[in-house]
Formats: sequence, structure tokens, C-alpha cells
Amino acid sequence: MFGILASILDGVLVGAVYGLAAMGLTLIWGVMNVINLTHGAMIVAGMFGLYYLASVAGLPTYSAIPPIAVAGFGFGVCLYWIAVHRVIGRPPLMSLLATFAANLVLIGLGTSAWGTVLFNVPVSLPGLTYEGYTFTGTHMMAAVLTAAIAGLLYLFLYRTRHGKAIRAVAGNREAAELNGIPTTRVLALAFGLGVALACTSGALIATLFPFTVLAGAAYQLKSFVVTVLGGLGNPAGALLGGVALGLLEGAMTPFMPVSWTSIVEFVVFVVVLIAFPAGLLSFRRS
Amino acid sequence: MHSPPFFGKPTCWLIVLATLAFAFAPLWHDNVELREELLLAAIYVILATNLNLMIGYAGYINFGNIVFFGLGGYFCVWLVSSHGWPLVAAALAGAAAVSVLALLFGLGILRLRGAYFALSTIGVNEGVKAFVANFTPWGGSTGIYLPIDAFAPLGGPATALWVIYFLLVAVMGLSLLLSFAIRNSKLGLGLLAIGQNEDAAAVLGVPTPRYKAFVYSVSAFLPAVAGALFFFKSAFIQPDDAFDLVFSTEAIVGVMLGGQGTVLGPALGAFVYEELRSTLLTAETFSNFQMVIAGALLLLIVLFVPGGLMGWIHRRWPRAKKVLE
Amino acid sequence: MSALLEVRGLGRRFGGLQAVDALSFAVGEGEILGLIGPNGAGKSTVFNLINGVHLPDSGSVIFRGEDITGEPPYRVARRGLARTHQIVQPLANMSVLENCVVGACFGRENLPLGRAEAVALEIAGFVGLIDRIGDPAGTLTIAGKKRLELARALSARPVLLLLDEVLAGLNPSEVERMIVVIRRIRERGVAILMIEHLMQAIMSLSDRIVVLNSGRKLAEGRPEQVANNPAVIEAYLGNPEDAAKLRGERPS
Repeated sequence: MFGILASILDGVLVGAVYGLAAMGLTLIWGVMNVINLTHGAMIVAGMFGLYYLASVAGLPTYSAIPPIAVAGFGFGVCLYWIAVHRVIGRPPLMSLLATFAANLVLIGLGTSAWGTVLFNVPVSLPGLTYEGYTFTGTHMMAAVLTAAIAGLLYLFLYRTRHGKAIRAVAGNREAAELNGIPTTRVLALAFGLGVALACTSGALIATLFPFTVLAGAAYQLKSFVVTVLGGLGNPAGALLGGVALGLLEGAMTPFMPVSWTSIVEFVVFVVVLIAFPAGLLSFRRS
Repeated sequence: MHSPPFFGKPTCWLIVLATLAFAFAPLWHDNVELREELLLAAIYVILATNLNLMIGYAGYINFGNIVFFGLGGYFCVWLVSSHGWPLVAAALAGAAAVSVLALLFGLGILRLRGAYFALSTIGVNEGVKAFVANFTPWGGSTGIYLPIDAFAPLGGPATALWVIYFLLVAVMGLSLLLSFAIRNSKLGLGLLAIGQNEDAAAVLGVPTPRYKAFVYSVSAFLPAVAGALFFFKSAFIQPDDAFDLVFSTEAIVGVMLGGQGTVLGPALGAFVYEELRSTLLTAETFSNFQMVIAGALLLLIVLFVPGGLMGWIHRRWPRAKKVLE
Repeated sequence: MSALLEVRGLGRRFGGLQAVDALSFAVGEGEILGLIGPNGAGKSTVFNLINGVHLPDSGSVIFRGEDITGEPPYRVARRGLARTHQIVQPLANMSVLENCVVGACFGRENLPLGRAEAVALEIAGFVGLIDRIGDPAGTLTIAGKKRLELARALSARPVLLLLDEVLAGLNPSEVERMIVVIRRIRERGVAILMIEHLMQAIMSLSDRIVVLNSGRKLAEGRPEQVANNPAVIEAYLGNPEDAAKLRGERPS
């Protein structure tokens, strides 16, 4: 019995990291109504970042994460200017195709460079054992770091000038523009932030599981599910949704082959969209 | 606007001519290499032209459109290998089954708009792929092999390849004629209105749920037939090949490159893309870059030339619109 | 004069706001009924409840003797009830003519393409858009788009036309032209339910007026009766210009 409970609790820990990933997606979606289909590729980029900084260059594992976040931010801003800026005003399907196309390019380059080889970042951290079940140290550390980052994000969005500008643009772009906020730069900032969150979550996931270039797709799907569960543009909802998804996975894995997890998640995705267009936790601003 | 009778329109004759050209070109000097090249091009044209019904007319992006191709292939190969059906019957029955499935799936996902619909079509494709990979009657993840005697009813392997080719060219011609017929019909007008502004179209009286479900189901039929013919020809089908999202994406690139919403555009775009791809693939260094090229091309089109080749042609030579729809 | 459209006890809530509250009124055949009220009174919501864009929480909508409450917009349109929008919604990349053909094809008469085109041409001439029929709808001026919105609705050959602020954003001469067109629509036997803020226009066009305030019916009657109704004047006190116009005085 405790085995299932342990699996669920472990799922909650991992789910927090899913929530972090989803925060990046939902932030971009909420601020500029763009669905970033390079999200999965950015998660993978974070994974490779950790691999090269920690395993290859020998940096202590968790101190590699801040540089990855910064690099992710920079890359996100570039990606905004290259692929997203021109299509912002246009019908949303155009921005969908644009980020989709950018993703093809990135994944194509990735598979050209690294093929489908499995990579791993070994991290040793003492775990917690109870009644014969061990909660790995990496899982707990990842959850703690996620909480910390979420806290920092909250402080940024609600206590700093730039964060408030982002929220203003998200609420009503025209009004923000009329109030003198440089909306284009704020959009680039928000996009960079969303990508930074994706890369950071990727780095954390790399401490938990091995990965390939193509691993991003599964995590992107999880991010979508979490985003619609938590409500678009709602980072707090994303965190809760991530935990909920982790819980669901933890409950499923003892009973179901892993290949079916994605299918269940997609079914959840479609069902939630049809039944609850505003997200299960309807905090969303209209 | 719609006055000349159906077959009086120049575009219609262009379609017939192109189809005949495809059919007769490889016959000149029994050119098997050309036939294989044109066969692949024809498949790209079929996929893109039918996909355009959703993307270009109704304004719904079907990322997972390849699921129709794959399912059509599976139904056909299974009916031939396990039940001894003849090819044409198996292909048509399979395609009919796929259209019915599309209708059923559509009832669920067509309630979603825009990006949500687009993403859910990926789910449909991945879901079907995972299901088939675990479905033993269809060979699970190993797939189904066709024995060589499956080609006997068609006159042996060599003749069979020619028969399949002509059938595919016919499907290509039918796809283009179907697209043309819809574009110039009341249904097409309603679909275009939906693509412009679905809510306004509904207020104007366009029966949006019915039209969307119909076009989704219709857009599944001919790609399913094409899949049936293609995988029969390969004598082998397995889930990763049948439901390949990269191939699905290339169909989208074809539609956008050629000009979504036009009749001939997607066919042109698919043809050009396929030629580009096959040229690049023969150069060894580029073989890994297929996705990169497709992605870069799509990005450039979306950013700078959203009307595609046809859009450019129509703007440069406005009178061409009457001839090249 | 029998009731073409009857709205009975219509109610709808959005979040915490009761947008429409126990509203009842009727539009007779061949009548022009004006719907007025201060901003936020719920007028456009009433239209949305009538043509199926939103479902009412309570009450019913009876059109030509049949209960159409909650029917989807395309079915309402097919019954002969056409509507324009306050914020125009042209099918931008289609030509003006094609926009009207859509209306004619999918409206009350459910015409095939050929006949629909003939109807569309006639209507385009009627509203004065004949010289622009080949142009993409997105290239029209705001006045042109308003006229297109009207033409599209008319092409459906409706029995009842819902006009939502069709005069808003037009300059005085465009308003004059539109008023002439509206009068000619009535001459063709089409009943009209119109929302309008331009007081002089709606007062002179309407046979009867219904006044809405905070989602509830405040008054109903002939224009002169309504204009002199103290409750109505008070509701408009926030806008003295409109109050003056109500009384037919020149605004100060």
C-alpha cells in the first residue's frame, strides 16, 4: 500500500518541476497569446546545458543552473525577434506556425548534432528512506528549487517595475502602450523569461532522468496539459497543475506501461479543453 | 464569379492536363526512375491538396493529418493480407472506414478552435500510433508484411508497380478536382466564410458544425486511399512509418509554400517542396537536415510571404487569378 | 398587427452582473422598434440572446410563433432573422459581392450560388456598394463596412432585421444616407429592431421605442411618449445632451 503512496508522493515532487516548465509556457501564452511550440526544444536545451556544464566541464551540478537560466533568457529574446515579432499582430494561427517552424529547425539541428543518443547527468544526493521506500535526494532538491524559483518569479511579477509592466501588457496591450510602456520590449522580455523557465526546468529534469534530443516532446505535452489544467496565463495555476499531473502520473505508473502515459495525458488535455475552456482552476482574467 | 459551367473553367483543364502529364511522362522510354520520383511527388500533392480543405478553406490547421494516410494504409494491408481482399476494394473500404473514424473524432475535437484544435490533431495521431503499436491483429510495433504473391492478382510485381502508379495519379487528379469543386460550390463559400470569421459565418446562417465535420471527414478519404496504395506497394507497414509526424509537417509546408486557400497552390507547393527535398537528400551532407530545411522554409513563408507562391503570382499578375485558381 | 418577435421574461447573468433582467417586449410585422438606453444597459446582450450567441438563463424568444430560445445562430438566421454587429465583422479577404452572396446563400431562402449572386448584386446596388463589389471587404472605409454589414444581412432576405448601432461612427451625411436606406428597407416589408445612440435618428425612424436601463425595461411606447417620460429623462440625466435630444431640443 505504501508503495503506491510513495509513488504518488514522488510524483508530486517531480510534478513540481513539470509545473515550473509549464510556467514558462503559460506566461508567454498569457502575455502575448502565442503558443510557444519551441517549448520542448528549450527544455532539451536546458538538459544539454546541464550536461555540458556539469558532466563535461565539471561545474557543481546545481550551480550550473543560474547560467543556464540566463542563457535561456538570452536565447528566448533572440527567438522572439527572429520568429515571433513579425507575427504578433497577425492571426494566432500564424504565430503557431512560426513557432512550429522554429521548433522544426531546432530539433533538426539537434538530431543532426546529437542523433538519438541517450545522455545522463549523474547526481549523487542523499535521499530519505522510510519504511523501505527511498525518496531520492535529487527529486526533493528539484522540488525545493522549483518552489524557490516560483517564489522569485512571483516577486519579480508583483514587486518589480518590469514585472508589473509585463502584467500590464498581459492585461491590455493597447492600454499599456497608451500608458507609455514599451510593449515590444516587454513582449521580448516576457518571451525570454518564459524560455528561461523552460531551460531551467530542463536542467532540473536532467538531474532526475536521462534524456535524448527528442525527449522535449513528451515534456512539452505535459506542459500543455498542466497549462490547460491551471488556466492560461496563470503561473500559480501552472504550479498547482504540475503537482496535480505529477500526482496523476504517480498513481498511474505502477499500473500502466510508460508508453501509455502520453496517451492518457493527451486525452486529459483534449477533455479538459472541451469541458473546461477556462481551466480547472478558473483564476483566469477574461 | 461562378457563372461558367464547371468544366468550362481553365483551372479544371489544367488539372486534367497535369494529371495526364504525370501519367504519360514515365511511359516514355519506360522510365522507372521517373515514375518513382513522380509517385512520391503525387503523394505529396494528394496530402497537401486534401489538407488544404481544412487549412486553406476552413482555416483549421490539422497538424496530425498523416493519421488518415497511415490508417488507410493499415486497413488496406490488413484486409489484403489477413482476408485476401483485392487491392482496390481494400483501399476503398479502408478509406471509407477512415472517413467514418474522422467523423467520429471530429465530433469531439472540432469543438475546439484555432490552436487547441491544431494541437489536439497531434494527439489524435500519436494516440492512434500508440494504439496500433499495441494492437496485435495489426502486427503491433512490428507491423504487417505482405507476401510477394499479394502482387500476383495485379500481374506480378513489375506490372503491379505500374498499376499502382496510375491509380495514385488518378487519386491525385481526383484530389485536385475535388478541391476545385468544393472551392466553387456553396459548401466552399461557407467554408471560406468559416475560415475568415467563424462566428460571423454562423450568424450569417452557415451551419458551421455540420460543414466542419463534413470537410474533416472528406479530407480524410483520398489521403487514406493514397496510404492504402503506398503501403501496399511497399509490401510492409509499421506504426512509425505510417504515422510519421515529419511527413505530416511536410504536407503543411507544401500547402503554405504553394499558397493556402487556392486550388492549385498546395499542389504546386507540394511538388516544389518534394523536388527540393529529393535534391537535397541525394547530397549526403544534407540528409539530416530535412527537418531544418522544412522548418526554415515554413518560417520564411509565414514571416514574409504568407500567401505562398500562388499569392505572389496573383499579386504580380492579377488576371492570372481566373486561370490559376 | 401580429407579433413577429416576442421576448418573454428574458434574463441573463454574467458573473456577478445581471445583464438582462425579466425583459419582455414584442416587435410587430413591418414595424420599426427602437431599443435605447444608457451605456451598459444590456442592449447588445439582448440581441445576443435573441439570435443564439448566448443562452438566456430564463425566459423565452418566440419568432413567427415558434420558440427559438437557445437555438444556434445559424438556425436562427435560416428562420429569417438577420443581424448586424456593433463592431463590424466583414469577411475581410473575400470581396464585397462574395460577402453578400454568403448572406444570400445561407439566409432564409437557402439559395443556390447562381440565384444568390443575383440577389447579392441587387442588394449591393440597394445599399450603394455597387461600385465596390469586386474589392476585398477589408479595404472599405468604416462607412462602407457598415453598409456591407447591412447588405450582408439584407441578402439573407430576412423577415426581421436586428441593427446594432448601424449609425455609429458615421459622419452626418453618411448618417442621412443610411437613414434613407433603413426607411426603404421597411418599405420592402422587413421589420426592424434597432439599437441606436443617435437620438434624433432613432426617434424619427421608430414606430415605437423600448427603453432599457441596467438590463430592465424602463419604458415602452411611441417616441413622443417615451421622450417625455420622467423616469427615462432621469436615466439619461448623466448625459444631458442626450436628455435634451430626447425632448427634441437642440443640445447646448
